[in-house]
Amino acid sequence: MRRPRRPLVDARDVIRDAAKPMDLTTRRAFLKHAAGLGTLTFLTGCDVVDSSSAESALETMSRFNDRVQAALFNPHKLAPEYPSSWVMRPFPFNGFYSADQAPEVDPATYKLELAGKIADTRPWTLEQLYALPQTTQITRHICVEGWSAIGSWTGARFSDFLQRIGADLKAPYVTLRCADGYFTSIDMPTALHPQTQLSFAFDNEILPRIYGFPMKLRMPTKLGFKNPKHITAIEVTDRFQGGYWENQGYNWFSGL
Amino acid sequence: MAGKTPLIHPLIVRVTHWINAFAILLMVMSGWRIYNAAPFFPFRFPPEITLGGWLAGALQWHFAAMWLFAGNLLIYLAFGIFSGRFRMKLFPVTPRAILTDIGAFFRGKLGHADLSMYNAVQKIFYIVAILAMIVLIASGIAIWKPVQMQEIASLMGGYEGARRVHFFAMATVVGFVAVHVVMALLVPKSLLAMVRGR
Repeated sequence: MRRPRRPLVDARDVIRDAAKPMDLTTRRAFLKHAAGLGTLTFLTGCDVVDSSSAESALETMSRFNDRVQAALFNPHKLAPEYPSSWVMRPFPFNGFYSADQAPEVDPATYKLELAGKIADTRPWTLEQLYALPQTTQITRHICVEGWSAIGSWTGARFSDFLQRIGADLKAPYVTLRCADGYFTSIDMPTALHPQTQLSFAFDNEILPRIYGFPMKLRMPTKLGFKNPKHITAIEVTDRFQGGYWENQGYNWFSGL
Repeated sequence: MAGKTPLIHPLIVRVTHWINAFAILLMVMSGWRIYNAAPFFPFRFPPEITLGGWLAGALQWHFAAMWLFAGNLLIYLAFGIFSGRFRMKLFPVTPRAILTDIGAFFRGKLGHADLSMYNAVQKIFYIVAILAMIVLIASGIAIWKPVQMQEIASLMGGYEGARRVHFFAMATVVGFVAVHVVMALLVPKSLLAMVRGR
């Protein structure tokens, strides 16, 4: 799996990080703490004082863990589903900005762009998307921070959609880009999982703005941050592109 | 070897012991940082005693060190079981013996002069620590893979239950380490034995 060197944190990212509700500092703090581990050098003989070598060793382990998780992933194993009385109301909002900054997408002019290894790359309007056959799932959303919440999502099976647009299902990655500048990418086996859903509704109501209007990709087999909201473009590709959080150090596969 | 004092801890026990100590340090310090991102008790761990600097860094440490911790523990357990060491050192341990030894402890009469023999309190102490580490790994797998390994998670009340189990298993191991370190410092020759073997 090839992976570009991750970019240094820019000021905009720092501000976004600071706006997050969780206890986040910048990667600099990570480097500083990694250096603090120098006191342990005598135990290992490794040069952990050199924080960049510690960082690259951890990065290597994270890529190893991607491969382990891909091997552990069973395409037929379903995430547990729950009764609708278990749905958390209100469902927690989470993002790299506060809820009032969630993007406003105009349903009249919205277009879903398609790119890459797809036979029919004509963009889709919301009306066309809503006409797809839909199902509902009540599954547990698990955040990388550790908390979890059960939600109800309704939408089209992503594998049906990929087949419909003539996507090359042998391509290894699907990259998703969003109206708020967020992006992520997933492995094809997860994209084809029966519970991976292009969601248009939450708790039987048109997907509210803060939960990703007009649509999110719901994957109960992946951590919350891998479930992008406000999707505007889908690319089927051979090229590994990482993601917004992934390129800052979060594990790419992040499977559950 | 004739003429020499017998080996108390074979090399494999000493090596796995110190690797385990290092791995637990990494796992606990990074784990505390991860806990701090979404605490389920009304407290957080002071950031100064955590590892990783921020959530992604802590997760990287945790998911790297877990292989060291689990792999090393597996070697230790396999050796302990198949060499007969566990049977010899840790069993039998009867409730009566534990009560007797606890009584002796409070009268200040619980000795461990012979480092090769464990009293009943030590035995139960080590058994609980080993079990807690096994529970740590099982609950860790349940949290990491609550879909793929949902059978393990459901034994613990699902994902949220597994998080609590993981926390309490951690607390048990940390409690063990605290007492274990104090005891080792009170009886320095036991520390020496874990370095030199005798």
